[in-house]
Amino acid sequence: MKPILQVKQLAKRYGDRYGCRDVNFELYEGEVLCIVGESGSGKSTLLATLAGRLAADEGEVTFRDANGDWHELSTLAEAERRRLARTEWGFVTQHARDGLRMGVSAGANVSERLMALGHRHYGQLRATAAEWLEKVEIGAERLDDPPSRFSGGMQQRLQIARNLVTRPRLVFMDEPTGGLDVSVQARFLDLLRRLVHESGVAVIMVTHDLGVARLLAHRTLVMQQGRVVEAGLTDQILDDPQHPYTQLLVSSIVQA
Amino acid sequence: MKHSTSCKPQTGLHREGGRAATGPYSPYGEEAHSDADKASNWRYNFGYLDENTKRMLRRGLLKAVAIPGYQVPFGSREMPLPYGWGTGGIQLTASLIGRQDVLKVIDQGADDTTNAVNIRRFFGRVCGVDTTEKSADATLIQTRHRIPETPLKAGQIVVFQVPEPEPLRLLEASEVETRKLHAHQEYGLMHVKLYEDIARFGHIATSYDYPVRVNGRYLASPSPIPKFDNPKLHQSPALLLFGAGREKRLYAIPPYTDVDSLAFDDHPFEIQAWDTSCALCGSHDSYLDEIVTDDAGSRMFVCSDTDYCTSRREDAR
Ligand SMILES: Nc1ncnc2c1ncn2[C@@H]1O[C@H](COP(=O)(O)OP(=O)(O)O)[C@@H](O)[C@H]1O
Ligand SMILES: [Mg+2]
Ligand SMILES: [Zn+2]
Repeated sequence: MKPILQVKQLAKRYGDRYGCRDVNFELYEGEVLCIVGESGSGKSTLLATLAGRLAADEGEVTFRDANGDWHELSTLAEAERRRLARTEWGFVTQHARDGLRMGVSAGANVSERLMALGHRHYGQLRATAAEWLEKVEIGAERLDDPPSRFSGGMQQRLQIARNLVTRPRLVFMDEPTGGLDVSVQARFLDLLRRLVHESGVAVIMVTHDLGVARLLAHRTLVMQQGRVVEAGLTDQILDDPQHPYTQLLVSSIVQA
Repeated sequence: MKHSTSCKPQTGLHREGGRAATGPYSPYGEEAHSDADKASNWRYNFGYLDENTKRMLRRGLLKAVAIPGYQVPFGSREMPLPYGWGTGGIQLTASLIGRQDVLKVIDQGADDTTNAVNIRRFFGRVCGVDTTEKSADATLIQTRHRIPETPLKAGQIVVFQVPEPEPLRLLEASEVETRKLHAHQEYGLMHVKLYEDIARFGHIATSYDYPVRVNGRYLASPSPIPKFDNPKLHQSPALLLFGAGREKRLYAIPPYTDVDSLAFDDHPFEIQAWDTSCALCGSHDSYLDEIVTDDAGSRMFVCSDTDYCTSRREDAR
Protein backbone atom coordinates (compact mmCIF):
# COMPACT_ATOMS: atom_id res chain seq x y z
CA MET A 1 0.00 0.00 0.00
CA LYS A 2 1.08 3.49 -0.82
CA PRO A 3 0.67 6.59 1.28
CA ILE A 4 -1.77 9.19 -0.06
CA LEU A 5 -0.76 11.85 2.43
CA GLN A 6 2.66 12.70 3.85
CA VAL A 7 3.00 15.21 6.65
CA LYS A 8 6.40 16.57 7.67
CA GLN A 9 7.23 18.95 10.54
CA LEU A 10 3.86 20.64 10.10
CA ALA A 11 3.08 23.70 12.20
CA LYS A 12 0.34 26.33 12.29
CA ARG A 13 0.70 29.49 14.39
CA TYR A 14 -1.88 31.92 15.71
CA GLY A 15 0.16 35.06 16.23
CA ASP A 16 3.17 33.94 18.23
CA ARG A 17 1.44 30.86 19.68
CA TYR A 18 1.39 27.49 17.97
CA GLY A 19 -2.00 25.93 17.21
CA CYS A 20 -0.16 22.75 16.33
CA ARG A 21 3.52 21.95 15.72
CA ASP A 22 6.08 19.27 14.83
CA VAL A 23 3.46 16.98 13.29
CA ASN A 24 4.77 14.07 11.22
CA PHE A 25 2.84 11.11 9.82
CA GLU A 26 1.82 9.24 6.71
CA LEU A 27 -1.67 8.14 5.77
CA TYR A 28 -2.32 5.14 3.56
CA GLU A 29 -5.09 4.45 1.08
CA GLY A 30 -8.27 3.36 2.83
CA GLU A 31 -6.80 3.99 6.25
CA VAL A 32 -8.78 5.53 9.12
CA LEU A 33 -6.74 7.78 11.37
CA CYS A 34 -8.13 9.41 14.49
CA ILE A 35 -6.69 12.52 16.07
CA VAL A 36 -7.53 12.41 19.77
CA GLY A 37 -6.99 14.97 22.48
CA GLU A 38 -8.75 17.27 24.90
CA SER A 39 -10.41 20.51 23.90
CA GLY A 40 -7.88 23.13 22.81
CA SER A 41 -5.12 20.63 22.07
CA GLY A 42 -4.95 21.69 18.41
CA LYS A 43 -6.93 18.94 16.68
CA SER A 44 -9.15 21.20 14.57
CA THR A 45 -6.19 23.39 13.70
CA LEU A 46 -4.24 20.38 12.50
CA LEU A 47 -7.18 19.03 10.50
CA ALA A 48 -7.84 22.36 8.78
CA THR A 49 -4.16 22.70 7.96
CA LEU A 50 -4.06 19.18 6.50
CA ALA A 51 -7.06 20.02 4.32
CA GLY A 52 -5.43 23.23 3.16
CA ARG A 53 -8.19 25.31 4.74
CA LEU A 54 -5.54 26.97 6.87
CA ALA A 55 -2.13 27.78 5.43
CA ALA A 56 0.74 25.97 7.17
CA ASP A 57 3.46 28.14 8.72
CA GLU A 58 6.09 25.42 8.81
CA GLY A 59 6.62 22.02 7.25
CA GLU A 60 4.64 20.40 4.47
CA VAL A 61 1.60 18.36 3.56
CA THR A 62 1.85 16.32 0.37
CA PHE A 63 -1.13 14.59 -1.21
CA ARG A 64 -1.06 11.96 -3.92
CA ASP A 65 -4.01 12.28 -6.33
CA ALA A 66 -5.83 9.54 -8.23
CA ASN A 67 -3.36 9.85 -11.12
CA GLY A 68 -0.46 9.25 -8.76
CA ASP A 69 0.79 12.87 -8.89
CA TRP A 70 1.99 14.44 -5.66
CA HIS A 71 0.87 17.92 -4.59
CA GLU A 72 2.45 19.94 -1.80
CA LEU A 73 -0.33 22.09 -0.42
CA SER A 74 1.67 25.19 0.46
CA THR A 75 2.88 25.55 -3.14
CA LEU A 76 -0.44 24.58 -4.68
CA ALA A 77 -2.45 27.31 -6.43
CA GLU A 78 -5.78 28.05 -4.77
CA ALA A 79 -7.68 26.89 -7.86
CA GLU A 80 -5.84 23.57 -7.81
CA ARG A 81 -6.46 23.10 -4.08
CA ARG A 82 -10.15 23.76 -4.58
CA ARG A 83 -10.20 21.25 -7.42
CA LEU A 84 -8.70 18.60 -5.13
CA ALA A 85 -11.20 19.52 -2.43
CA ARG A 86 -14.01 19.02 -4.95
CA THR A 87 -12.80 15.88 -6.61
CA GLU A 88 -10.61 13.96 -4.18
CA TRP A 89 -11.57 15.11 -0.69
CA GLY A 90 -14.54 15.51 1.55
CA PHE A 91 -15.03 17.47 4.73
CA VAL A 92 -17.56 16.65 7.44
CA THR A 93 -18.05 19.28 10.12
CA GLN A 94 -19.18 19.04 13.73
CA HIS A 95 -22.10 21.40 13.17
CA ALA A 96 -24.33 20.30 10.32
CA ARG A 97 -25.19 23.90 9.45
CA ASP A 98 -21.52 24.43 8.49
CA GLY A 99 -21.47 21.40 6.22
CA LEU A 100 -24.98 21.35 4.75
CA ARG A 101 -27.22 23.76 2.90
CA MET A 102 -30.05 23.93 5.37
CA GLY A 103 -32.40 25.77 3.00
CA VAL A 104 -32.46 23.25 0.16
CA SER A 105 -33.68 19.65 0.02
CA ALA A 106 -31.67 16.62 1.08
CA GLY A 107 -31.59 15.56 -2.57
CA ALA A 108 -30.01 18.85 -3.60
CA ASN A 109 -27.51 18.57 -0.75
CA VAL A 110 -26.40 15.17 -1.97
CA SER A 111 -26.40 16.25 -5.62
CA GLU A 112 -24.44 19.46 -5.18
CA ARG A 113 -20.98 17.94 -5.43
CA LEU A 114 -22.00 15.85 -8.42
CA MET A 115 -23.31 18.97 -10.16
CA ALA A 116 -20.07 20.74 -9.30
CA LEU A 117 -18.30 17.97 -11.18
CA GLY A 118 -20.48 18.61 -14.20
CA HIS A 119 -23.29 16.06 -13.83
CA ARG A 120 -26.29 17.51 -15.66
CA HIS A 121 -28.92 14.79 -15.78
CA TYR A 122 -31.60 15.56 -13.24
CA GLY A 123 -33.13 12.09 -13.31
CA GLN A 124 -29.78 10.43 -12.66
CA LEU A 125 -28.84 12.91 -9.96
CA ARG A 126 -32.08 12.23 -8.19
CA ALA A 127 -31.71 8.49 -8.46
CA THR A 128 -28.17 8.68 -7.09
CA ALA A 129 -29.28 10.92 -4.23
CA ALA A 130 -32.12 8.52 -3.38
CA GLU A 131 -29.69 5.62 -3.35
CA TRP A 132 -27.42 7.48 -0.94
CA LEU A 133 -30.25 8.46 1.38
CA GLU A 134 -31.02 4.75 1.64
CA LYS A 135 -27.38 3.93 2.28
CA VAL A 136 -27.15 6.37 5.17
CA GLU A 137 -30.48 5.12 6.55
CA ILE A 138 -32.39 8.35 6.04
CA GLY A 139 -34.66 6.83 3.42
CA ALA A 140 -35.36 7.92 -0.14
CA GLU A 141 -38.78 9.22 0.87
CA ARG A 142 -37.05 12.16 2.60
CA LEU A 143 -35.40 13.26 -0.66
CA ASP A 144 -37.35 16.51 -0.90
CA ASP A 145 -37.22 17.45 2.79
CA PRO A 146 -34.76 20.12 3.89
CA PRO A 147 -32.16 19.04 6.48
CA SER A 148 -33.61 21.61 8.89
CA ARG A 149 -36.40 19.06 9.47
CA PHE A 150 -33.93 16.27 10.26
CA SER A 151 -32.66 15.13 13.65
CA GLY A 152 -29.01 15.77 14.53
CA GLY A 153 -28.07 12.18 13.73
CA MET A 154 -29.78 12.34 10.34
CA GLN A 155 -28.07 15.61 9.54
CA GLN A 156 -24.67 14.07 10.20
CA ARG A 157 -25.56 11.05 8.08
CA LEU A 158 -26.66 13.42 5.32
CA GLN A 159 -23.25 15.09 5.51
CA ILE A 160 -21.66 11.68 5.03
CA ALA A 161 -23.83 11.00 1.97
CA ARG A 162 -23.15 14.45 0.54
CA ASN A 163 -19.41 13.84 0.83
CA LEU A 164 -19.15 10.20 -0.19
CA VAL A 165 -21.41 10.50 -3.23
CA THR A 166 -18.51 11.66 -5.43
CA ARG A 167 -16.31 8.81 -4.17
CA PRO A 168 -13.54 10.96 -2.71
CA ARG A 169 -10.25 9.30 -1.74
CA LEU A 170 -9.84 11.16 1.53
CA VAL A 171 -12.43 12.58 3.91
CA PHE A 172 -11.65 14.90 6.81
CA MET A 173 -14.05 14.85 9.74
CA ASP A 174 -14.03 17.24 12.67
CA GLU A 175 -15.88 15.75 15.64
CA PRO A 176 -18.80 14.46 13.56
CA THR A 177 -20.33 12.84 16.64
CA GLY A 178 -19.65 15.80 18.92
CA GLY A 179 -23.22 17.05 19.00
CA LEU A 180 -24.93 13.65 19.14
CA ASP A 181 -26.46 11.73 22.04
CA VAL A 182 -24.55 8.63 23.02
CA SER A 183 -27.23 6.28 21.65
CA VAL A 184 -27.35 8.15 18.34
CA GLN A 185 -23.56 8.22 18.25
CA ALA A 186 -23.29 4.45 18.30
CA ARG A 187 -25.58 4.07 15.29
CA PHE A 188 -23.72 6.80 13.41
CA LEU A 189 -20.32 5.23 14.06
CA ASP A 190 -21.60 1.83 13.03
CA LEU A 191 -22.87 3.16 9.74
CA LEU A 192 -19.72 5.16 9.16
CA ARG A 193 -17.52 2.15 9.76
CA ARG A 194 -19.51 0.12 7.24
CA LEU A 195 -19.50 2.85 4.55
CA VAL A 196 -15.80 3.55 4.98
CA HIS A 197 -15.06 -0.14 4.69
CA GLU A 198 -17.23 -0.53 1.57
CA SER A 199 -15.89 2.52 -0.22
CA GLY A 200 -12.25 2.17 0.73
CA VAL A 201 -12.00 5.88 1.44
CA ALA A 202 -9.24 7.12 3.75
CA VAL A 203 -10.45 9.13 6.74
CA ILE A 204 -8.80 11.52 9.15
CA MET A 205 -11.18 12.09 12.02
CA VAL A 206 -10.82 14.44 14.94
CA THR A 207 -12.43 13.38 18.18
CA HIS A 208 -11.95 14.07 21.86
CA ASP A 209 -13.20 10.57 22.58
CA LEU A 210 -10.73 7.69 22.47
CA GLY A 211 -13.76 5.39 22.46
CA VAL A 212 -14.59 6.64 18.95
CA ALA A 213 -11.04 5.93 17.86
CA ARG A 214 -11.30 2.42 19.31
CA LEU A 215 -14.35 1.71 17.14
CA LEU A 216 -13.06 3.18 13.89
CA ALA A 217 -9.40 3.93 13.64
CA HIS A 218 -6.57 1.77 12.41
CA ARG A 219 -4.15 4.29 13.80
CA THR A 220 -4.42 7.11 16.30
CA LEU A 221 -2.51 10.31 17.05
CA VAL A 222 -2.80 11.68 20.57
CA MET A 223 -2.39 15.43 20.86
CA GLN A 224 -1.65 17.64 23.80
CA GLN A 225 -0.92 21.34 23.69
CA GLY A 226 -0.46 21.38 19.94
CA ARG A 227 1.95 18.46 19.77
CA VAL A 228 1.50 14.80 18.93
CA VAL A 229 2.54 13.08 22.15
CA GLU A 230 1.84 9.54 21.01
CA ALA A 231 1.11 7.87 17.68
CA GLY A 232 0.57 4.29 16.63
CA LEU A 233 -1.86 1.48 15.95
CA THR A 234 -5.03 2.19 17.91
CA ASP A 235 -5.01 -1.26 19.53
CA GLN A 236 -1.43 -0.79 20.71
CA ILE A 237 -2.18 2.62 22.15
CA LEU A 238 -5.17 1.23 24.02
CA ASP A 239 -3.31 -1.84 25.29
CA ASP A 240 -0.06 -0.18 26.17
CA PRO A 241 -0.20 3.61 26.33
CA GLN A 242 3.26 5.14 26.75
CA HIS A 243 2.65 8.82 27.42
CA PRO A 244 1.12 9.77 30.79
CA TYR A 245 -1.56 11.82 29.07
CA THR A 246 -2.55 8.85 26.87
CA GLN A 247 -2.59 6.63 29.95
CA LEU A 248 -5.04 9.06 31.51
CA LEU A 249 -7.26 8.99 28.40
CA VAL A 250 -7.19 5.20 28.23
CA SER A 251 -8.03 4.74 31.86
CA SER A 252 -11.01 7.04 31.46
CA ILE A 253 -12.55 5.01 28.63
CA VAL A 254 -11.79 1.71 30.29
CA GLN A 255 -13.83 2.89 33.26
CA ALA A 256 -16.66 4.14 31.07
CA MET B 1 -43.31 58.90 -32.76
CA LYS B 2 -40.48 61.20 -31.74
CA HIS B 3 -40.47 63.30 -28.60
CA SER B 4 -38.44 66.39 -29.18
CA THR B 5 -37.45 68.15 -26.03
CA SER B 6 -37.57 71.86 -25.44
CA CYS B 7 -34.00 72.33 -24.25
CA LYS B 8 -32.36 70.62 -27.20
CA PRO B 9 -29.27 72.62 -28.23
CA GLN B 10 -29.26 74.11 -31.72
CA THR B 11 -27.84 71.68 -34.19
CA GLY B 12 -24.55 72.57 -35.82
CA LEU B 13 -23.08 74.08 -32.67
CA HIS B 14 -20.12 72.15 -31.25
CA ARG B 15 -21.60 68.74 -31.68
CA GLU B 16 -19.80 65.92 -29.99
CA GLY B 17 -18.10 63.56 -32.39
CA GLY B 18 -19.94 60.37 -31.63
CA ARG B 19 -20.48 58.44 -28.47
CA ALA B 20 -17.97 59.02 -25.76
CA ALA B 21 -17.33 55.36 -24.99
CA THR B 22 -16.55 54.50 -28.59
CA GLY B 23 -15.24 57.75 -30.02
CA PRO B 24 -12.16 59.64 -28.91
CA TYR B 25 -12.66 61.30 -25.56
CA SER B 26 -11.83 64.96 -25.27
CA PRO B 27 -11.16 66.21 -21.76
CA TYR B 28 -12.24 69.68 -22.92
CA GLY B 29 -15.37 68.43 -24.63
CA GLU B 30 -17.80 69.82 -22.13
CA GLU B 31 -16.19 73.24 -21.68
CA ALA B 32 -16.32 73.59 -25.43
CA HIS B 33 -20.07 73.41 -25.15
CA SER B 34 -20.40 76.14 -22.58
CA ASP B 35 -21.83 78.67 -24.98
CA ALA B 36 -24.44 76.35 -26.26
CA ASP B 37 -25.13 75.30 -22.72
CA LYS B 38 -25.69 78.86 -21.56
CA ALA B 39 -27.85 79.55 -24.55
CA SER B 40 -30.15 76.68 -23.68
CA ASN B 41 -30.10 77.31 -19.93
CA TRP B 42 -28.54 74.03 -18.83
CA ARG B 43 -28.68 73.48 -15.14
CA TYR B 44 -26.55 70.35 -15.06
CA ASN B 45 -23.44 69.06 -16.74
CA PHE B 46 -24.32 67.26 -19.97
CA GLY B 47 -25.73 63.89 -18.89
CA TYR B 48 -26.10 65.06 -15.26
CA LEU B 49 -22.96 63.30 -13.98
CA ASP B 50 -19.68 65.21 -13.80
CA GLU B 51 -16.96 64.27 -16.26
CA ASN B 52 -14.78 62.46 -13.73
CA THR B 53 -17.62 60.20 -12.72
CA LYS B 54 -18.43 59.47 -16.36
CA ARG B 55 -14.80 58.64 -17.02
CA MET B 56 -14.75 56.30 -14.03
CA LEU B 57 -17.87 54.57 -15.32
CA ARG B 58 -16.49 54.27 -18.86
CA ARG B 59 -13.30 52.76 -17.52
CA GLY B 60 -15.45 50.22 -15.68
CA LEU B 61 -17.45 49.56 -18.84
CA LEU B 62 -14.31 48.99 -20.89
CA LYS B 63 -13.16 46.44 -18.34
CA ALA B 64 -16.61 44.85 -18.36
CA VAL B 65 -16.54 44.55 -22.16
CA ALA B 66 -13.06 43.04 -22.01
CA ILE B 67 -14.23 40.37 -19.54
CA PRO B 68 -17.75 39.43 -20.67
CA GLY B 69 -20.09 38.69 -17.77
CA TYR B 70 -17.61 39.72 -15.07
CA GLN B 71 -19.03 42.05 -12.42
CA VAL B 72 -16.94 45.20 -12.19
CA PRO B 73 -17.32 47.28 -9.01
CA PHE B 74 -17.88 51.00 -9.43
CA GLY B 75 -18.37 54.00 -7.17
CA SER B 76 -22.10 54.46 -7.50
CA ARG B 77 -23.19 58.10 -7.21
CA GLU B 78 -26.21 59.60 -5.54
CA MET B 79 -28.84 60.02 -8.21
CA PRO B 80 -31.96 62.14 -8.03
CA LEU B 81 -34.10 59.06 -7.55
CA PRO B 82 -34.04 56.16 -5.08
CA TYR B 83 -32.36 52.78 -5.56
CA GLY B 84 -34.70 50.36 -7.21
CA TRP B 85 -35.71 52.97 -9.77
CA GLY B 86 -32.88 52.21 -12.14
CA THR B 87 -30.04 54.25 -10.69
CA GLY B 88 -27.47 51.77 -12.00
CA GLY B 89 -28.87 51.88 -15.52
CA ILE B 90 -29.21 55.66 -15.42
CA GLN B 91 -25.58 56.11 -14.46
CA LEU B 92 -24.44 53.90 -17.33
CA THR B 93 -26.68 55.72 -19.76
CA ALA B 94 -25.43 59.07 -18.45
CA SER B 95 -21.83 58.03 -18.96
CA LEU B 96 -22.48 56.86 -22.53
CA ILE B 97 -24.98 59.27 -23.97
CA GLY B 98 -23.81 61.74 -26.63
CA ARG B 99 -25.62 64.57 -28.30
CA GLN B 100 -26.40 62.54 -31.39
CA ASP B 101 -27.89 59.65 -29.51
CA VAL B 102 -31.54 58.79 -29.77
CA LEU B 103 -32.77 57.37 -26.50
CA LYS B 104 -35.54 54.89 -25.84
CA VAL B 105 -36.60 53.89 -22.33
CA ILE B 106 -38.59 50.74 -21.62
CA ASP B 107 -40.23 49.64 -18.42
CA GLN B 108 -41.97 46.24 -18.52
CA GLY B 109 -41.98 46.48 -22.30
CA ALA B 110 -43.80 49.81 -22.35
CA ASP B 111 -42.54 53.30 -23.04
CA ASP B 112 -45.37 55.08 -21.25
CA THR B 113 -45.10 53.81 -17.68
CA THR B 114 -44.17 56.31 -14.96
CA ASN B 115 -40.65 55.00 -14.57
CA ALA B 116 -39.92 55.04 -18.30
CA VAL B 117 -41.44 58.48 -18.76
CA ASN B 118 -39.47 59.89 -15.83
CA ILE B 119 -36.15 58.51 -17.00
CA ARG B 120 -36.78 59.66 -20.57
CA ARG B 121 -37.76 63.13 -19.35
CA PHE B 122 -34.71 63.22 -17.09
CA PHE B 123 -32.34 62.63 -19.99
CA GLY B 124 -34.31 65.01 -22.16
CA ARG B 125 -33.69 67.66 -19.54
CA VAL B 126 -30.04 66.98 -18.72
CA CYS B 127 -28.84 66.16 -22.26
CA GLY B 128 -31.43 67.49 -24.65
CA VAL B 129 -31.09 64.41 -26.81
CA ASP B 130 -33.79 63.05 -29.09
CA THR B 131 -35.93 60.34 -27.60
CA THR B 132 -38.02 57.77 -29.36
CA GLU B 133 -40.36 54.87 -28.73
CA LYS B 134 -39.25 53.07 -31.88
CA SER B 135 -36.71 50.38 -31.06
CA ALA B 136 -35.32 50.54 -34.58
CA ASP B 137 -34.67 54.30 -34.34
CA ALA B 138 -32.92 54.21 -30.97
CA THR B 139 -29.15 54.19 -30.62
CA LEU B 140 -29.34 53.77 -26.86
CA ILE B 141 -32.05 51.80 -25.08
CA GLN B 142 -32.38 51.76 -21.33
CA THR B 143 -34.61 48.96 -20.16
CA ARG B 144 -36.16 47.31 -17.19
CA HIS B 145 -37.71 43.82 -17.53
CA ARG B 146 -37.69 43.42 -21.32
CA ILE B 147 -35.62 43.26 -24.50
CA PRO B 148 -37.49 44.67 -27.51
CA GLU B 149 -39.09 42.17 -29.89
CA THR B 150 -37.68 44.09 -32.84
CA PRO B 151 -34.27 42.48 -33.40
CA LEU B 152 -31.41 44.59 -32.09
CA LYS B 153 -28.90 45.95 -34.57
CA ALA B 154 -25.15 46.41 -34.64
CA GLY B 155 -24.30 49.83 -33.21
CA GLN B 156 -27.14 49.86 -30.71
CA ILE B 157 -26.46 49.80 -26.98
CA VAL B 158 -28.92 48.36 -24.48
CA VAL B 159 -28.54 49.35 -20.84
CA PHE B 160 -30.28 47.02 -18.38
CA GLN B 161 -31.38 48.07 -14.91
CA VAL B 162 -30.27 45.39 -12.47
CA PRO B 163 -31.51 45.04 -8.89
CA GLU B 164 -29.29 42.03 -7.97
CA PRO B 165 -26.23 41.42 -10.16
CA GLU B 166 -25.15 38.26 -8.33
CA PRO B 167 -26.99 35.16 -9.57
CA LEU B 168 -25.57 33.08 -6.70
CA ARG B 169 -26.69 35.50 -3.99
CA LEU B 170 -29.84 33.65 -2.97
CA LEU B 171 -27.78 30.56 -2.22
CA GLU B 172 -24.60 32.18 -0.96
CA ALA B 173 -24.93 35.32 1.13
CA SER B 174 -21.21 36.03 1.43
CA GLU B 175 -19.75 38.32 -1.22
CA VAL B 176 -16.24 37.01 -0.45
CA GLU B 177 -17.42 33.49 -1.17
CA THR B 178 -19.34 34.32 -4.39
CA ARG B 179 -16.25 36.13 -5.72
CA LYS B 180 -14.25 32.95 -5.11
CA LEU B 181 -16.89 30.83 -6.83
CA HIS B 182 -16.67 33.07 -9.89
CA ALA B 183 -12.88 33.13 -9.80
CA HIS B 184 -12.73 29.34 -9.78
CA GLN B 185 -15.77 28.81 -12.04
CA GLU B 186 -17.44 26.77 -9.33
CA TYR B 187 -20.98 27.08 -10.51
CA GLY B 188 -22.47 23.81 -9.25
CA LEU B 189 -24.42 25.92 -6.78
CA MET B 190 -26.51 27.50 -9.52
CA HIS B 191 -27.67 24.06 -10.55
CA VAL B 192 -28.69 23.44 -6.94
CA LYS B 193 -31.26 26.17 -7.46
CA LEU B 194 -32.50 24.65 -10.71
CA TYR B 195 -32.54 21.19 -9.09
CA GLU B 196 -34.76 22.55 -6.33
CA ASP B 197 -37.10 24.06 -8.90
CA ILE B 198 -37.61 20.71 -10.59
CA ALA B 199 -37.89 18.84 -7.29
CA ARG B 200 -40.59 21.23 -6.15
CA PHE B 201 -42.51 22.08 -9.31
CA GLY B 202 -41.64 19.29 -11.73
CA HIS B 203 -39.93 21.73 -14.08
CA ILE B 204 -37.51 24.65 -13.92
CA ALA B 205 -39.91 27.23 -12.55
CA THR B 206 -37.48 30.15 -12.71
CA SER B 207 -39.08 32.33 -15.36
CA TYR B 208 -37.43 35.70 -14.77
CA ASP B 209 -33.78 36.53 -14.19
CA TYR B 210 -32.90 33.10 -15.54
CA PRO B 211 -29.14 32.56 -15.03
CA VAL B 212 -26.81 32.52 -18.02
CA ARG B 213 -23.22 31.60 -18.74
CA VAL B 214 -21.50 34.33 -20.74
CA ASN B 215 -18.83 33.43 -23.28
CA GLY B 216 -18.47 30.01 -21.65
CA ARG B 217 -16.99 31.63 -18.58
CA TYR B 218 -18.84 33.88 -16.16
CA LEU B 219 -22.20 33.06 -14.67
CA ALA B 220 -24.39 36.17 -14.87
CA SER B 221 -27.84 37.49 -14.15
CA PRO B 222 -29.60 38.72 -17.30
CA SER B 223 -31.53 41.12 -15.00
CA PRO B 224 -35.23 40.42 -14.35
CA ILE B 225 -36.16 39.95 -17.99
CA PRO B 226 -38.43 36.99 -18.72
CA LYS B 227 -36.51 33.90 -19.81
CA PHE B 228 -38.38 34.44 -23.08
CA ASP B 229 -35.81 37.16 -23.78
CA ASN B 230 -32.73 35.07 -22.90
CA PRO B 231 -32.18 33.81 -26.47
CA LYS B 232 -31.94 37.44 -27.61
CA LEU B 233 -28.80 37.81 -25.49
CA HIS B 234 -27.01 35.10 -27.45
CA GLN B 235 -24.90 36.44 -30.31
CA SER B 236 -26.67 39.79 -30.11
CA PRO B 237 -25.31 42.34 -32.62
CA ALA B 238 -25.90 45.07 -30.02
CA LEU B 239 -23.72 45.87 -27.03
CA LEU B 240 -25.52 44.84 -23.82
CA LEU B 241 -24.58 46.63 -20.60
CA PHE B 242 -25.87 45.98 -17.11
CA GLY B 243 -25.87 48.40 -14.18
CA ALA B 244 -26.76 47.73 -10.53
CA GLY B 245 -26.84 51.00 -8.55
CA ARG B 246 -27.39 49.72 -5.04
CA GLU B 247 -24.93 46.85 -5.42
CA LYS B 248 -22.45 49.09 -7.28
CA ARG B 249 -21.69 46.57 -10.02
CA LEU B 250 -21.70 46.77 -13.78
CA TYR B 251 -21.12 44.08 -16.38
CA ALA B 252 -21.38 43.58 -20.11
CA ILE B 253 -22.21 41.19 -22.90
CA PRO B 254 -20.29 42.48 -25.92
CA PRO B 255 -21.76 42.05 -29.42
CA TYR B 256 -21.73 38.54 -30.86
CA THR B 257 -20.99 36.80 -27.58
CA ASP B 258 -22.22 33.30 -26.73
CA VAL B 259 -24.80 33.35 -23.95
CA ASP B 260 -26.14 30.02 -22.68
CA SER B 261 -29.07 29.57 -20.35
CA LEU B 262 -28.32 26.91 -17.74
CA ALA B 263 -30.32 23.70 -17.81
CA PHE B 264 -30.23 19.95 -17.27
CA ASP B 265 -29.82 17.40 -20.05
CA ASP B 266 -33.27 15.99 -19.30
CA HIS B 267 -34.83 19.41 -18.54
CA PRO B 268 -33.56 21.63 -21.36
CA PHE B 269 -34.01 25.39 -21.36
CA GLU B 270 -37.37 26.44 -22.74
CA ILE B 271 -38.96 29.84 -23.23
CA GLN B 272 -42.49 30.77 -22.33
CA ALA B 273 -45.13 29.99 -24.95
CA TRP B 274 -48.79 30.97 -25.21
CA ASP B 275 -51.60 29.09 -26.90
CA THR B 276 -53.04 32.36 -28.07
CA SER B 277 -51.77 35.30 -30.10
CA CYS B 278 -51.83 39.04 -29.38
CA ALA B 279 -55.42 40.29 -29.32
CA LEU B 280 -54.33 43.60 -30.87
CA CYS B 281 -51.77 42.78 -33.55
CA GLY B 282 -52.12 39.00 -33.87
CA SER B 283 -48.45 38.30 -33.22
CA HIS B 284 -47.74 34.63 -32.51
CA ASP B 285 -44.20 35.04 -31.32
CA SER B 286 -44.03 37.98 -28.98
CA TYR B 287 -44.12 37.99 -25.18
CA LEU B 288 -47.73 38.42 -24.07
CA ASP B 289 -49.16 40.13 -21.00
CA GLU B 290 -52.59 39.29 -19.69
CA ILE B 291 -54.59 42.45 -19.11
CA VAL B 292 -58.01 43.10 -17.61
CA THR B 293 -60.14 45.05 -20.04
CA ASP B 294 -63.25 45.99 -18.08
CA ASP B 295 -64.85 46.01 -14.66
CA ALA B 296 -66.42 42.63 -15.37
CA GLY B 297 -62.95 41.11 -15.33
CA SER B 298 -62.69 40.34 -19.02
CA ARG B 299 -59.14 39.51 -19.98
CA MET B 300 -57.05 39.47 -23.08
CA PHE B 301 -53.48 38.77 -24.07
CA VAL B 302 -51.52 41.56 -25.72
CA CYS B 303 -47.88 42.17 -26.60
CA SER B 304 -45.84 43.41 -23.66
CA ASP B 305 -43.68 45.37 -26.13
CA THR B 306 -45.99 48.29 -26.93
CA ASP B 307 -43.77 49.69 -29.70
CA TYR B 308 -43.68 46.34 -31.45
CA CYS B 309 -47.44 45.93 -31.17
CA THR B 310 -48.20 49.47 -32.39
CA SER B 311 -45.80 49.17 -35.33
CA ARG B 312 -47.38 45.91 -36.44
CA ARG B 313 -50.83 47.47 -36.35
CA GLU B 314 -49.64 50.54 -38.25
CA ASP B 315 -47.97 48.36 -40.85
CA ALA B 316 -51.13 46.31 -41.26
CA ARG B 317 -53.16 49.42 -42.07
N1 LIG C 1 -8.56 31.42 14.92
C1 LIG C 1 -7.81 31.30 16.03
N2 LIG C 1 -7.10 32.35 16.48
C2 LIG C 1 -6.33 32.25 17.58
N3 LIG C 1 -6.22 31.15 18.30
C3 LIG C 1 -6.89 30.05 17.92
C4 LIG C 1 -7.74 30.07 16.77
N4 LIG C 1 -8.29 28.87 16.62
C5 LIG C 1 -7.83 28.10 17.63
N5 LIG C 1 -6.98 28.81 18.41
C6 LIG C 1 -6.26 28.30 19.59
O1 LIG C 1 -5.42 27.24 19.18
C7 LIG C 1 -5.48 26.19 20.09
C8 LIG C 1 -5.96 24.92 19.43
O2 LIG C 1 -7.33 25.09 19.06
P1 LIG C 1 -8.14 24.00 18.27
O3 LIG C 1 -7.33 23.56 17.11
O4 LIG C 1 -9.47 24.53 17.99
O5 LIG C 1 -8.24 22.81 19.32
P2 LIG C 1 -9.20 21.57 19.43
O6 LIG C 1 -9.85 21.38 18.10
O7 LIG C 1 -8.31 20.44 19.81
O8 LIG C 1 -10.20 21.88 20.49
C9 LIG C 1 -6.37 26.67 21.24
O9 LIG C 1 -5.55 27.21 22.22
C10 LIG C 1 -7.21 27.73 20.60
O10 LIG C 1 -7.60 28.69 21.54
MG1 LIG D 1 -11.96 21.35 17.60
ZN1 LIG E 1 -49.38 42.84 -30.32
